Amino acid sequence: MITVEALTKRYGGFTAVDDVTFTARPGRVTGFLGPNGAGKSTTMRVMVGLTPPTSGTATVSGRHFADLPNPGLEVGVLLDASAQHAGRTGREILTIAQRTMRLPARRVDEMLEVVSLTSEEATRRVRHYSLGMRQRLGIATALIGDPEVLILDEPANGLDPAGIRWMRDLLRGYADRGGTVLLSSHLLHEIEVIADDLVVIGNGRIVSQGTKTELLSAAGCLVRTTDAPRLARALAEFGIASTPGTDGAVRAEADPEVVGKVAFAAGLPVLELRPADGAGLEEIFLELTSDTQREGAAA
Amino acid sequence: MSTTTLDQVAVDRASTDRRIRPPQVIPVELRKMFDTRSGFWLMASIVIAALLATTAVIVFAPDEELTFSTFATAFGIPMTVILPIVAILSVTSEWSQRSGLTTFTLVPHRGRVIGAKALVSVFVGVVAVLLAFAVGAVGNVVGTAIAGVDRVWDASLTDLLNIVLANVLGLLVGFMLGVLIRSSAGAIVAYFVYSFVLPTLSMLLASSQGWFRDLQPWVDFNFAQTALFNGSLTGEQWAQLGVTSLAWLVVPTAVGIRLVLRSEVK
Repeated sequence: MITVEALTKRYGGFTAVDDVTFTARPGRVTGFLGPNGAGKSTTMRVMVGLTPPTSGTATVSGRHFADLPNPGLEVGVLLDASAQHAGRTGREILTIAQRTMRLPARRVDEMLEVVSLTSEEATRRVRHYSLGMRQRLGIATALIGDPEVLILDEPANGLDPAGIRWMRDLLRGYADRGGTVLLSSHLLHEIEVIADDLVVIGNGRIVSQGTKTELLSAAGCLVRTTDAPRLARALAEFGIASTPGTDGAVRAEADPEVVGKVAFAAGLPVLELRPADGAGLEEIFLELTSDTQREGAAA
Repeated sequence: MSTTTLDQVAVDRASTDRRIRPPQVIPVELRKMFDTRSGFWLMASIVIAALLATTAVIVFAPDEELTFSTFATAFGIPMTVILPIVAILSVTSEWSQRSGLTTFTLVPHRGRVIGAKALVSVFVGVVAVLLAFAVGAVGNVVGTAIAGVDRVWDASLTDLLNIVLANVLGLLVGFMLGVLIRSSAGAIVAYFVYSFVLPTLSMLLASSQGWFRDLQPWVDFNFAQTALFNGSLTGEQWAQLGVTSLAWLVVPTAVGIRLVLRSEVK
């Protein structure tokens, strides 16, 4: 369980994190979503005590991070996979973590197994690692203490598709066994597939939060018929807003059930009807953060 | 893909003492001084330098100068350069290599980590100087035997302790610059300015300005330290060493540690 309350971090006149409040619950994967520079990493650094907050608090399992007697056994942290001494071997980096936490030495080999780094790779120095290998090593460091909470900043960066799949399964299994996972990303698709809850941040402020289902149902549904303009008019008659999509698709801001009935009443054959998941979350994301996007209002 | 999954490798929590006590950080920090290639060779270079210096004395020094103090001086010079760099890198690598992100997350009490680094640096420094003494002693025995001259042990225990102290002070200067600057390149450059450029300027000033000549021992830390290499110190010299080290070492170290504790780790 991670609790962030009214957290604010200012640098001079610049407010990087502005009154952020949210909770990451056990048994769930919480996705922390936002464009670059939105304040995700700063919030995470405050959580683990690397950055002092201007005001507000962040607690893990009800305690401030610095009050945890052996933080590695309770919180697994990966903030930046490249932030390692390039001259150490992967095995050595894990050994340092294992010794600091005072864990049995076999944990090092177990973790190398879990993240699929071979013993040959583990004896190489980190300077020769690909970003994907660094991410695996970082995940191993986070997991070595068998913690109940995971805080991961952009862990999927640099992983190949198989690696992303592996990470997803690993985190899913971890949450299903009661663990708390907070995972930041700007990769919408990744977050959408894995997260149960979402916290969307833009310009340091939370712009939206809730379960993924809630946020996605707000995105409405996607419907494809033989005559898109006629469907749009029919929807408008019922007061349902819609936007035309590609090749005859329409995104309607209502439940699929309602949209289906409208199409049926209008006598239009429905070719496709589904919640507007993928595209939906992306639209929401761009909409919610449009004021804060570098590219201006992309939505 | 691996078949090992997380639930197969859970930690047996009942048998794990969950607390990290402050002294337990020390062995980890000691390990971190040796476990990189640069760290290893830096340590190895201490031994290599002592061996080279001793060999050079045996080969080049005139017979009448084959005394223990000649050996002691010869290996003392490379040592005064290497030891501060050892201390600098132990601190600054956490920032320059960004490993501090993990270090200070696993041990969220930076004072403990930095304290352990200081202790370990001093420990390594003392061991290195003692090792160099040993090499020098062997060199003295072998060298005089080769040259066929009498063995001269012209260094008292006080002299040796003074040399140890001088090296520890130099090392602490490195540590101070490390916590103050927190960048490997910056701190090493600062160290060379501090220990080679400043003393030269001070010497020039003293030779041209009469008023500075009397003042120099009280303001020039390096000048005050030099006395440690030249036999026993008078009460006044100890006072000068105390005053200069307060201004040039203790105060900046305190400022540096305060910065380390408060700064953001990125």
